[in-house]
Amino acid sequence: MTDPLARPPKKNPQKVQTVPVLPPSFRSRAAMGLTAAAAEGRFKLQHCAECGTVQYPPRDACVSCLGLELLWKDTDPVGELIADTIVHTSPNLYFRRQAPWRCGTVRLSAGPSIFCHVHGDCVKGSEVRLLSRLDRAGQGVLIAIPKETTPNMADDPELRELGADPKHRRVLITDGRQPGAPALAKALLDAGAMTVFVGEGETWRPYPERSALEKMDGVNLMPLDLTDTSSVVELAGEIGGKVDILINNARFMRPGGVLARGDTAFARDEMEVNYLGLMRLAQAFGPGMKARGADGINNAAAWVNILSINAIANDPAYGSFNASQAAALSLAQSLRAELRPGGVKVMTVFCGPTDDDWYQDVPPPKLLPGAIARSVVQGLRDGVEDVLCGDVAKDYAERWRQDPRVLERELAGDVG
Amino acid sequence: MSRRQSYDGVVVTAPFSTPYERYSTQTAHYWLARALKGTLDAAGLRKEGIDGLSVASFTLFPDSPVGLSQHLGVTLRWLDSIPMGGASGVVALRRAARAVQAGDAEIVACVAGDTNHIDSFRKLLSSFSRFAMDAAYPYGYGGPNSMFALLTDRYMQEYGATREDFGRIAVAQRENALRNPNALMKRPLSLEDYLEARPISDPIALFDCVMPCAGAEAFLVMSEEEAVKRGLPFARIAGTIERHNAFPDDPIQLRGGWALDVEDLWSMAGMKPADMDLVQTYDDYPVISVMQFEDLGFCSKGEAPAFLRDRDLTVTGDLPHNTSGGQLSAGQAGAAGGFLGMVEALRQVTRTAGPTQVADAKNALVSGFGMINYDRGLCSGAAILTGESA
Repeated sequence: MTDPLARPPKKNPQKVQTVPVLPPSFRSRAAMGLTAAAAEGRFKLQHCAECGTVQYPPRDACVSCLGLELLWKDTDPVGELIADTIVHTSPNLYFRRQAPWRCGTVRLSAGPSIFCHVHGDCVKGSEVRLLSRLDRAGQGVLIAIPKETTPNMADDPELRELGADPKHRRVLITDGRQPGAPALAKALLDAGAMTVFVGEGETWRPYPERSALEKMDGVNLMPLDLTDTSSVVELAGEIGGKVDILINNARFMRPGGVLARGDTAFARDEMEVNYLGLMRLAQAFGPGMKARGADGINNAAAWVNILSINAIANDPAYGSFNASQAAALSLAQSLRAELRPGGVKVMTVFCGPTDDDWYQDVPPPKLLPGAIARSVVQGLRDGVEDVLCGDVAKDYAERWRQDPRVLERELAGDVG
Repeated sequence: MSRRQSYDGVVVTAPFSTPYERYSTQTAHYWLARALKGTLDAAGLRKEGIDGLSVASFTLFPDSPVGLSQHLGVTLRWLDSIPMGGASGVVALRRAARAVQAGDAEIVACVAGDTNHIDSFRKLLSSFSRFAMDAAYPYGYGGPNSMFALLTDRYMQEYGATREDFGRIAVAQRENALRNPNALMKRPLSLEDYLEARPISDPIALFDCVMPCAGAEAFLVMSEEEAVKRGLPFARIAGTIERHNAFPDDPIQLRGGWALDVEDLWSMAGMKPADMDLVQTYDDYPVISVMQFEDLGFCSKGEAPAFLRDRDLTVTGDLPHNTSGGQLSAGQAGAAGGFLGMVEALRQVTRTAGPTQVADAKNALVSGFGMINYDRGLCSGAAILTGESA
């Protein structure tokens, strides 16, 4: 049984900051298949297209038939833990700090033996389940967990290190005015977040979400205007040292593509909030988070952007807004690479149409705030990079994987 | 029955070991040159006297043995590189012997060595193999310690071996090392010391692990005629085997490639395990020595702990084993670790081992094991050396 994780003590400002160090990050190109799968939280291994052999470690040819077509496919994650060890000493600084660290060999039902991280509750000789996760270096790794859920399972130090669980962490939600903000704050508090800071712009202007937020124990409303650099910098100065998870839910949107609008006014607003707002936040909060990646139980762990799924393929009905979403998605990729040395993950929650005024013309299914909140929390727990929230996002992502150009035509209404 | 031909007419001679140093400011080139000089001196040869060279080293980068030929000023008509770590001694020997037998070379110098800088071990680990990079280091980064911890754990579960069983091997080797002035470990080791040592990667503790160091080993392979002409004490090669990536479907390694070829080895030599006066196993961890006794036919699988319990493995014992202290107590000088047993066995059967000499040693088994590419050692080999009767 895992000991429940204790609430971390207040940070002693006189102590030297623990510098983030990372587990080994170099991989072969073939091994990136594992990372790509872990980024989506899927357990995939290489399968030979010709003979079906499942192999590990990743190779460039099939170990059974020398077939060259190797597919990363979802694989039965069940196996037996046949040997284990506790590593007490390592020449690597990250594992030196993390020691003692449990590892073991799992004989997978699908075939190969796999050397992996091992959850403390796994029993040698018993069945375990493998999870694919991103480690602190942002690379895909495998961890064996007990087949059945155990008490406080998520508090296992190895499993926690591979995710960004909100428990005992401090969160900033950047825009309290978004209809989904109260549900999101509540879900995070329910998940054990210590504090939820919620930014609000134009504080003199009333909004319906405020009363719900005010009532929640653990929520702190803070002035924050993403279009104003000094406002962002000021808040970062105040709470930047204690934001472990930053969730950027700000969104400015208006319907219409290019020709439906006579000028660039809305397009400018969209970019100002959705793209430059993200940039301002990242410039103000990013360096501090990157430096606090190894700050113990409540270290800086994740940056979350909530975007439209149309960031990956434009729907011309909201063409200009979607362009700002694409810009934000691209910037998030850069941010991901830049935060990686600190061990801070960058996650995108891709949403289909939300059930609000701006998508009133769009037929269901549409996303309710609770669904987005659940996706954010689950994504943080799993430490993934992409979360597809709702059926529409999943459907578009699948079509995009099949053929982005066909999806473009479909979104334009050209496909019957 | 295999078609293996004998090594008649080829002999091994001029064993040489440098002293070992924990850390060295020198390069691999220095250590290899030092060992080459040592083996040539032992044979009364100048470097112009050899026309073949076999090199095993991990730290020559950016050079290869080709670069080394110019570096050391040797003109060769046969050049070999043995990137097989702990199996390099056996593999170098069998390749060189065939070259001499076929007339492709007259005299081959086989050298192995590495330097050890403060950060060498960490650097060697970080670029060791693709599978290690992809699938071993990201998990605790225990290096070979954690892989062998898993094998040891599995072996103990499967066959009921205890830490004492492994400890006795380490303790006997330390006793042998105390006779070897070149050995790094100079203090006696008791079974209690072994059992109470600092844990490294459970169930592996400090004295299950070798000490990486700098050093080099060398020997010469030539025709028997040549050795007799030069008045050199020599050993004959009664049999050898080599195998790579054996039993790939075993879920975890509990046996090595020896098990596939052991019958060939003994039938080629016309001998049996009981004929051996001493055994040099590759001892990067005691569990591997245990595996070798089993796979090379001294006892059946899983029975080595009981088999060894009743035997004295020291120089003066009934089954002298790793007589110079092995890597566990002499040190592991990189690829030279794969030569340590070979060079010591050669000294033994030519009765030039000095303080570690086993009385009346005539037949020696040398075994090699190497290259933890991912979760197991891939290379295995063995050779039987025989000296003249006393």
